Amino acid sequence: MREILNDLDRWQKKGKRIAIARVVDLEGSGPRLPGAAMAVNEDGEVAGSVSGGCVEGAVVAEALDVIATGTRRIVTFGYSDDEAFAVGLTCGGTIHLFLEPLDW
Amino acid sequence: MGEIFTHVRDAIRSQQPAALATVIEGHGVGAHLFVRPDTEPIGTLGNADLDRVVTRDALGEIEAGRAGVRHYGANGEANETSVSVFIESYAPPPQMLIFGAVDFTAALSRVAKVLGYRVTVCDARPVFATKARFPMADEVLVDWPNRLLDKVGATLGMRDVICVLTHDAKFDVPAVVSALATNVGYIGVMGSRRTHDDRTKRLRDAGVDAAGLARLQSPIGLDIGARTPEETAISICAEIIGLRTGRAARQLRETDGPIH
Repeated sequence: MREILNDLDRWQKKGKRIAIARVVDLEGSGPRLPGAAMAVNEDGEVAGSVSGGCVEGAVVAEALDVIATGTRRIVTFGYSDDEAFAVGLTCGGTIHLFLEPLDW
Repeated sequence: MGEIFTHVRDAIRSQQPAALATVIEGHGVGAHLFVRPDTEPIGTLGNADLDRVVTRDALGEIEAGRAGVRHYGANGEANETSVSVFIESYAPPPQMLIFGAVDFTAALSRVAKVLGYRVTVCDARPVFATKARFPMADEVLVDWPNRLLDKVGATLGMRDVICVLTHDAKFDVPAVVSALATNVGYIGVMGSRRTHDDRTKRLRDAGVDAAGLARLQSPIGLDIGARTPEETAISICAEIIGLRTGRAARQLRETDGPIH
C-alpha cells in the first residue's frame, strides 16, 4: 500500500474516482504476497502491482468496471498453461484479488 | 476517499503499527475496520461481536507483521465461515543498525534503503559519524554501539539486523556482546579471516559462548567475490535475505523447485 500512496494523493486532489485491488490470498508460487496493492483511476492510470506483470492488464479492466458499477468483487487468476494468450500466472500459482472502489 | 482510508494512509506514512480489516465475502462485503494497538477501532464490520473478535485477531497480525484472510460466523464465531475478512497489517519498516562509519557503511546504507530498512549509523568518533557522509541514513549517531544498544536493544526484533563494520576490536567486542543480548534476526560482523580469528578469541575472553559465536555471521556476507563497498553491500544484503528465507545462496539454475 505504501508505494501507491503518493499517486492516490495526486488522483484524489484531481477528484478522480479510484478502484483498489489487493492480493488477499495466494496458492502455490506467486511473486507478490497478500497485501500487495494496485490502484486504477477512472482514466485508466495505474499505480502499484499485484503480480510480476502477468495479470495487471486484466486487473485494469476489472478495476474500471468496479469504478463504473461500484460493485466490489473477488477476482482469481490461475495458471494458464495450454492457453498461451489467456490471462494467468506463468509461475504456476493462483492469486485471489479483492477489488473495491476507494470511497471509504 | 473517506475517513478510514485517511487513517490507513496516515498510519503507514507515520510508521505507526496498524491493521485494516475488510469483509471480502459474505454479509457486509466492503465493510472496513481500522485497528491500532491501545486505541478504539474505527469503523465497523456490521456486528459488534464480529468487530471485537476481528480486532483481537488484527492486533495479532500486527504483532506478526502478516496479512491474510480469516473466516468467521456473522457474530464472530470462530468455527464458522459465513464471513471472510482480509486483515492486512502495516508494521513499521525493519531496522538496520550499522556500527562503524566507514566507506562500506555508505554503500550498505544505500542498498539497505532499497530493501526498505530504516537505517541507523552509529560510531563513537564524531569526525566520521556525520550526516554529511551518510545522507541516505535515517539517523547518524555519535555514540558507542553498546551504549546505543543498552537504550534501544529491547525494541529490536527478528526482522531487524545489526551489521558491525568497525573491524576495530576496541569497538567490535562490546558491540557484538551487546548485539547478542538482543533478539535481532541477523548479526553480521566484518573483517578479514585474520581479523575474524583474532576477534573470535577476544569474544571468547569476553565471555561469549559457542552458541553466541555461532549466531554471528562473521566474516559478514556471501562468497561472491565482492571487492568494492557497493559489491560488499550487495553480498551482505543477499546474505540477510538468504538467511531469513532459509535458503543456501546458490544460483537458481543449479536448483529446482519453486522460486518464491
